[in-house]
Amino acid sequence: MKYSSQMVAKPYFIFALILLAGEILFGLTMSIQYIYGDFLFPAIPFNALRMVHVNLLIVLLLFGFMGSTYYLIPEEAERELWSPLLAKITFWVFVVAGVLTILGYLLVPYAELTRITMNDLWPTMGREFLEQPTITKIGIVIVVLSYLLNVTMTVIKGRKTTISIILLTGLFGLAFFFLFAFYFSDNMIMDKFFWWFVVHLWVEATWELILGALLAFVLIKLTGVDREHIDKWLYLIIAMTLIAGLAGTGHHFFYMGAPGYWLWIGSIASAAEPIPFFLMILFAYSMIKNRRIQDDNKIALTWAKGTAVVGFLGAGVWGFMHTLAPVDYYTHGTQLTAAHGHLSFFGAYVMIVFTMISYAMPILRGRPHGNCEKAQKVELVAFWLMVIGMIGLTIALTVAGVMQIDMQRIPDSAHALPFMVVQSKLTAVYIVRSLFGVMTFVGLLVYFYSFFVKEDKVAA
Amino acid sequence: MTERITKDMARNIYFGGGLFAILVFTGLTFDTVHRIPKLSHASKITKSVVAGKKIWEDNDCVGCHTLLGEGAYYAPELGNAFQRLGGGDKKAFRAYMQGWMAAQPLDIPNRRKMPQFHLTTKQVNNLADFLIWMSKVNDQEWPPNIQG
Repeated sequence: MKYSSQMVAKPYFIFALILLAGEILFGLTMSIQYIYGDFLFPAIPFNALRMVHVNLLIVLLLFGFMGSTYYLIPEEAERELWSPLLAKITFWVFVVAGVLTILGYLLVPYAELTRITMNDLWPTMGREFLEQPTITKIGIVIVVLSYLLNVTMTVIKGRKTTISIILLTGLFGLAFFFLFAFYFSDNMIMDKFFWWFVVHLWVEATWELILGALLAFVLIKLTGVDREHIDKWLYLIIAMTLIAGLAGTGHHFFYMGAPGYWLWIGSIASAAEPIPFFLMILFAYSMIKNRRIQDDNKIALTWAKGTAVVGFLGAGVWGFMHTLAPVDYYTHGTQLTAAHGHLSFFGAYVMIVFTMISYAMPILRGRPHGNCEKAQKVELVAFWLMVIGMIGLTIALTVAGVMQIDMQRIPDSAHALPFMVVQSKLTAVYIVRSLFGVMTFVGLLVYFYSFFVKEDKVAA
Repeated sequence: MTERITKDMARNIYFGGGLFAILVFTGLTFDTVHRIPKLSHASKITKSVVAGKKIWEDNDCVGCHTLLGEGAYYAPELGNAFQRLGGGDKKAFRAYMQGWMAAQPLDIPNRRKMPQFHLTTKQVNNLADFLIWMSKVNDQEWPPNIQG
């Protein structure tokens, strides 16, 4: 560790991992409700579980990005963080706001939560992923702004690199597009249109900039490849991200009341969205091939490669499957969408956070050459358990989606089966999904265990 | 392949391409916002429809159902509920909704459960009116069939 203020990253990483455990546990609980509808009902209805599941994901990724930034920026700027104290304060503000919101989801019916938090003053609740009470949303804005201030001041006063500029661009984009969460209209179609400005332009535009910058940082550190070379790749990747990703928002506007021209624009632009992810694979493997140093932290490099490959599979391949309008006509809002969502979030964003943690955490814990060989072996087992678990449950959801489309969507109105009938025929597939989910959770537990593995004492 | 592209060229592709993408997307956004009122028949958004939308949101209906394909995939699509469950008849649909909402949760072991939301008769009518309005939005003929 070159700068002592990088230490503020540690609680962010730890809390992100705790939230990930919660996220997976709630996912498993939901998957049981998919099989036994009475499970935990009426104590926690499905929608409450789902809110916790997806909100924990979003918050854990924000914690992960923040921790990663606080670790990365001092090294890139070659100076201490502008205000480590501010970073510590925002950590606790975010923790308290997050925990209170999750408790709110679980302890009172949602309609009650809207009353308690006075949603009527400025209604923003009751939309997928944006279920947070308005007051929590305001809290998120304050936390993100103070984080941006801290990072920006550090960059302004220090060395400016391509990585830090692109990371900052991504973070400003993240902050800007979140403001659309405060948009409200009596017309549901307007609401839906601008809702995507948060959801799509986060995960398929601004977050990809953050992902690219973090991946480039880890690759520089672990391969020692010339910065000029890495910068060039990074620019090409994020150029493709913006060119394809912005107009690619159109693949969400096919069938929700937007003009028909989005069928063409959305299909063509989003067909190019896998390109930046494919470039990331080429980038990672070409850097590793041309590496100048052999870092002892091998597992961090495994995570970096994994991020590029699984990110491409989840976002690129599984995204492309249903991104063309004529295909999406049949697949829109089926389990295939859920399959894509799971593997893309895991592969691109959860895995980049793992990559950063795997690279930075040993250094923050006073092990500049990475964890001991034994701990890295345990972590490698965790890596494969989680990756295979996630790919397995994604394939299960894909099978469920295809069966659903075949029975419910493709036949004409006289022959198509009703939703609930189709779902009851998918139980066996949902059981397989749950089992792979358990595998993922076991992988996470093994990962936690790897933090405590110590090198065997050499017998004298 | 990458040897022929210099860092400056890559940066120019990023700034040029990024700016172009932002301009195109902004232009299309303005055009779409301009067209949505007509596509969604915004003139037919009555007070009851607005109240129904509020009830939809306050109870997190989208946490289980989809509406025009967006939401959770635990319960049926409701964008075309008016046609599927009400046969396109307002009176019939309102009556169906009153009965359905009052009957929740259904006493069928291990079937996925919908909570009891304790809505008033008027609120259920608002919700029905909101779903009727939704069913008439021009959504490019989606879904493919009545089952949603």
